[in-house]
Amino acid sequence: MSNEAQPGADMPVEIVPEQVATPSPPVAALQCEHPDWIVQVIHAFGETTIVVPREHIVAACTFMKNSPELEFNFLADLSAVDRGPEEEPRFEVNYHLFSTTKLHRVRLKVLLHDDDAHVTTVTGVWRTANWHERETYDLMGIIFDGHPDLRRILMPEDSEGHPLRKDFPLRGYEPYSLT
Amino acid sequence: MGLENIIAEALPEVLTTRLDSLINWARKSSLWPATFGLACCAIEMMNATSSRNDLARFGAEVFRASPRQADVMIVSGRVSRKMAPVLRRIYDQMPEPKWVISMGACATSGGVFDNYAIVQGVDKIVPVDVYIPGCPPRPEMLIHAVMMLQDKVGNESVRDRKDIPAEEAFEAVPPGTLPSGSPKGQAEPMERPYAHASKHERRRSS
Repeated sequence: MSNEAQPGADMPVEIVPEQVATPSPPVAALQCEHPDWIVQVIHAFGETTIVVPREHIVAACTFMKNSPELEFNFLADLSAVDRGPEEEPRFEVNYHLFSTTKLHRVRLKVLLHDDDAHVTTVTGVWRTANWHERETYDLMGIIFDGHPDLRRILMPEDSEGHPLRKDFPLRGYEPYSLT
Repeated sequence: MGLENIIAEALPEVLTTRLDSLINWARKSSLWPATFGLACCAIEMMNATSSRNDLARFGAEVFRASPRQADVMIVSGRVSRKMAPVLRRIYDQMPEPKWVISMGACATSGGVFDNYAIVQGVDKIVPVDVYIPGCPPRPEMLIHAVMMLQDKVGNESVRDRKDIPAEEAFEAVPPGTLPSGSPKGQAEPMERPYAHASKHERRRSS
């Protein structure tokens, strides 16, 4: 997986690193309809990942769900990755989609910078995104704009910090780190 | 015809004994634990009540679903920081007299979980009477701990277990402070982030 791609719609479409003869249905459909929503397409381990600009993620998700040849009616997982405080962009938010009718999968990815870790919620597309986004906010500190109820879901409400960030101290922050 | 007739014939009608002995005998012979399993230690706790180990031999098999009916809290597993206020509330809901067994390495010291999510020993939240090592302890170790607790109960005095006056019980005190009117006096704020010190705890520290 190459990390050089910056978020932005001006990046050319590239297929890395495994060259595939025919793009998978989601990629083909997205390339046909909205080529500006694709920053990068990654084929690895037999899986397809599409890097989407942050401002188009809700539209891309809606398209993936409503397109009759794709029908991604199930958000299998939504999570985030912290590449480390020194990386730029630091965070990536992953949307794992599955179609229970077409039985195919695709992963959408949004890259976020540390100082602006905001992304628009997709709870309007799949309602199951509600708790997934709360968990991602709780553990990784990604803010989902427009979320109906963005509270902590796993950690106590008075806890500080976001534990799955790479710079979170193992014992947490004071005063709880003393107990 | 039965055993009681033999005893009635062999013994006089009036026996004298110490009140402590009688009450402690009753208390230690029917320790009722609260049903409160936290982690894998709870599996061993359940096993301790099973037919093979049979905690009922020692009168401690009646796991009560309500803390109002329980005497012993067996903290069986790691206490997460989010669970800590819940555990404290269950402890506070148990009527006096009450005892606590800290079961396993995690409840005792945090065990292998030296991290942000786990309380490093349940004795930071509630006073503990018996600690059990092990990860998890075998059911025999839990039964041994119950027997040690029975010894401890047997050596108590009802004078130690007097309820504190009602006006003091309902007085709003900052967390962890001693009663201001106590003879030993100085109210020292203690590090106790979770809840108010219980009657039990204040009596012990005064």
